[in-house]
Formats: sequence, structure tokens, C-alpha cells
Amino acid sequence: MLSILGYNVGPMLAQGVLGLINGAFYALLSLGLAVIFGLLNIINFAHGALYMIGAFVAWVLLNYLGIGYWPSLILVPILVGCFGMLIERVLISKLYKLDHLYGLLLTFGLALIMEGLMRNYFGSSGMPFAVPESLRGATRLGFMIMPTYRVWVVAASFVVCIGTWLVIEKTSIGATLRAATENPALVQAFGVNVPRLVTMTYGGGVALAAFAGVMAAPMYSVNPSMGSNVIIVVFAVVVIGGMGSILGSILTGFGLGLVEGFTKYLYPQGSGVVIFVLMVIVLLLRPAGLFGKAA
Amino acid sequence: MAERSMLEVRGLNAWYGESHILHGVDFDVNEGEVVTLLGRNGAGKTTTMKSIMGLVGTRSGSVVYRGQETIGMRSDLIARAGIALCPEERGIFSSLNVTENLMLPPVIGPGGLSISEIHALFPNLKERAASQGTKLSGGEQQMLAIGRILRTGAKLLLLDEPTEGLAPVIVQQIGRTIREIKNRGFTVLLVEQNFRFAATVADRHYVMDHGVVIDMIQNHELAANMDKLHDYLGV
Ligand SMILES: Nc1ncnc2c1ncn2[C@@H]1O[C@H](COP(=O)(O)OP(=O)(O)O)[C@@H](O)[C@H]1O
Ligand SMILES: [Mg+2]
Repeated sequence: MLSILGYNVGPMLAQGVLGLINGAFYALLSLGLAVIFGLLNIINFAHGALYMIGAFVAWVLLNYLGIGYWPSLILVPILVGCFGMLIERVLISKLYKLDHLYGLLLTFGLALIMEGLMRNYFGSSGMPFAVPESLRGATRLGFMIMPTYRVWVVAASFVVCIGTWLVIEKTSIGATLRAATENPALVQAFGVNVPRLVTMTYGGGVALAAFAGVMAAPMYSVNPSMGSNVIIVVFAVVVIGGMGSILGSILTGFGLGLVEGFTKYLYPQGSGVVIFVLMVIVLLLRPAGLFGKAA
Repeated sequence: MAERSMLEVRGLNAWYGESHILHGVDFDVNEGEVVTLLGRNGAGKTTTMKSIMGLVGTRSGSVVYRGQETIGMRSDLIARAGIALCPEERGIFSSLNVTENLMLPPVIGPGGLSISEIHALFPNLKERAASQGTKLSGGEQQMLAIGRILRTGAKLLLLDEPTEGLAPVIVQQIGRTIREIKNRGFTVLLVEQNFRFAATVADRHYVMDHGVVIDMIQNHELAANMDKLHDYLGV
């Protein structure tokens, strides 16, 4: 076995790859948070719950309606995205005139309600979701056995993240979104229906969370607390990357997944806290985040 | 009157929070005219422009655009009715390049200039198409702020101090542009501090002070009214 400075490269790489898979979820979730924060100025605490709802909707579609993984991958983000737009229209939009803290509290409350309702209906034990036929199996990589599904998760997240980034950076709707993030009043005075843009943006961010939820379903058991488990780490990722930075949230998401994975090999006891330690350091040295613009 | 009225402002009041800024502003702009609002700093010219555009929190009175009351309308719907603002602070977006800034306002009707016509008016914008909007010089940013509202098909253009702080050659270029767009049938409401510049482009001038219009002067009578004007503007 190859070894450098006394570390075995094989197991270290294996942990890195596993970390990259977590990073795929961090990237998808923090990307949605960043898009929402940019335009709405709201830290969407319901993000983890909506990710969880995404997984549950996929499970319900499969077990009650026989709709499988592949259609769900498209259908669930649309359904949950529409639910998100409803939440924005009916609840969040009422708070824009108040301090941002109210939006945070509202979405935090919504997250608790959604989690509680799911626990009430489905219990907290978690339900399995089979890996789709075409993604079963694994590849022997020498240093590890790599399940095909996990390769798919990393690749699909990467493509969706880059696709979202391209839409925001290279299209006219993306330019309108960036402009509205800077100066919504002026963009509206040019004839753009900014309230509708805000609703669609929230729906889009939520759809990304739901997409992540569907992808997570076959990997982790579908359970009501899956959102709150991951979202705390994702908030740390967002703080490290810089609030509202699109590319920053993608790179930081994948990067911190890797860091977490390597830490699991180098210093296993530290893997649960390494991201939070980094968050504290970044907050002290560069409060706007690695990719954020200082206010 | 032979002219067709484009904009009728009557008894316009406006507030920023608790502070009452406009106290019953009255004036008219006829189709195809260039009309200025003159007045000292703080007279309420910008607030008048913003109130017409629906950008001031609380306003009352009447603003009729081509027969349509707009006082209660949302700013995007006012824009879609055919009014466009070039704001005093220019409002160039730093996260958009020059072309994206130019293309940002949606086309709301026919009659706007094409991109090549805008580039012909402002060649700098073509050369710097890929630059970040806020990396342009002050003059270029002003060209961009004017250029982007020429594209949309809006017929009434509100230009808030387009020459403020700019070099004489650029002021001349903006003067030529205003005359050119007037020839093309646009109607312009122009805020100016510099009435010598205003006299080279405008048909009529309204003078504002303390949130009301206190006088109206035809451009050809400007020379005869110089003393009065100096008095109004405190120059
Ligand atoms: N956002 C604001 N909040 C409160 N007061 C304002 C605001 N903007 C302008 N004012 C006040 O309104 C008055 C008119 O300002 P403005 O319309 O900008 O004048 P002008 O454009 O003629 O220089 C001034 O006294 C100014 O201090
Ligand atoms: Mg002003």
C-alpha cells in the first residue's frame, strides 16, 4: 500500500471520496440558501426541512402511486418548489418590511412544524428507499469499493450546481436576478415584476433542496430529522463560503466535504467539528466569508 | 392648446417616512417636449421624479400619464405604461457587465432604439461592452444609464441631472443626445442644476422650491428672465 509521511494514501483517498459525496449535498443545499439569501435577504431556516420533505414526497410517490426514482427526480423539485412559492407568497412576503430576523424566526418555526408533522405521520424510525435498478452495483477502485449510486450523486449534483450557476451568470433572467439582488426598487421601476421574481427565486432555491432530498433518499433512510441533521453543517458552509456568493457556495460545499472526509482519516475525533472550527476561524479573519464581498 | 398633454401632475404630495417633502406640485409635459425642473439642492426635484415613477413610499395627488391615473400604481406597471427613469445616482449594476446593464430593462413597447443605434450615439458603450458596469468612467456610466432606457420603447424619459459632475465634452455629447431623442419623438422631463445647459435643450422650464413649483418660463423668454432665475436658484 502506497504511503506518504506515514499516512496510507488508499484509506485517505477513500475517506476523501466519501467526503465529496457529503460535499455534493452541502453544495446543493448551500447553493439554494445563497440564491435565496441574495435576493430575499432571508436566512431560510426551513431549507433543511424542505430537503427532508423532498425525500418524503419521493417516498410517498413511490409507495402510494408507484412513481419511481427517475420521474421523482424531476417531479419532486417541481412539487416542493411550488409549495415553497406558496409559503413565500402567503407567509414570508408579509415580513419583508420588518427586520430580517423575523424572516429567520418564521422559517425556523416552519421547519419545526414540518418536521413535527412528518414525525407525527411517519414516525421517527426512518424508511428505506431502494436504489434505482440502473444505479445498483459498485466499482472496485483499488483503494475502495465505490457504489455506483454515490458516483451518480456527485456527478448529478455537480451538473445541477454548475447549471444553476450558468443560468445566474450567463442568461438574461440571471442578469435580472443579480440586478434585483443589488437594487430591487430600480429593477422594478424598469418594469420587472420583482415580487414575482422573488417568489420564483424562493421556489427555485427550495427546488434545489428537494432535488437533494430525492438524491439522499436511497442513501440515508428517509426520516423526519434528516434535514435538521445536515442543515446545521450547511449553515456553517454558507458562513465559510460567504453569504449570497453563488460560486462560493458551490466550491465551499464540495471543498468542505473533502476536508471533512480527510479529517475523518487523519483525526477521526475531529471530523464532526472541523467545519465548525473552520467557521470560527473564517468569521474571525474574514467575516464576509471566503468568497463574500465585504459590506 | 394644440399640444397633446403627455403628463399632468396635480397637487402631488410625497413623504419619506415622516418627512413631508412635496407640498402640492403642479406641472404639465406635452408630447414631444423637453421640459426641465430647475431648483436649488433639496427643492424636491428628485423626489418629484421618483414620485412619478412610483418609487416614493407615500404619495398623494394626481399623476396622469396619457390619460391614465398612475398615482396608486406599482412602479413596474408605471414603467410598462411607458415612463422610464434615469436616476440621479445612475443606478449602474456592478454585478452586470455593460451589455447586461444595457439589456436589463425589458422592452415594454415599440419605438425604442436598437442596440446599434445606441452604440452609434455612445460608441464607448460598444468598446466596453464586456466591462463590469461600475468600472466605467462617470461619463460612460451616464451614457449607459441613458442608453438603457432608450431601448425599451418608453416614450417619456425622466433624466435626473444627467450632466452632474461631468466634463464639458461629455456634457455636450449628452446635450446632442437629448436633442436627437427629441427629434425622434421622445418626450423628456429633465432635472438640471445647470440652466445654461438646460437652455440649449429645453422648450420650457419649471422652477421648484421647497417642494412646490413656483414658476414656469418658456425657453425663449429665459434671457429676459435671467435676474429672476438667478434669484430663484441663488446663483
Ligand atoms: N430618502 C430620503 N429620506 C428622507 N429625506 C429625504 C430623502 N431623500 C431626500 N430627502 C429630502 O427631501 C428633500 C428634497 O430632496 P430631493 O428631492 O433629492 O431634492 P433635489 O433633487 O431637488 O436636490 C431634501 O430636503 C432632502 O433632504
Ligand atoms: Mg436631486
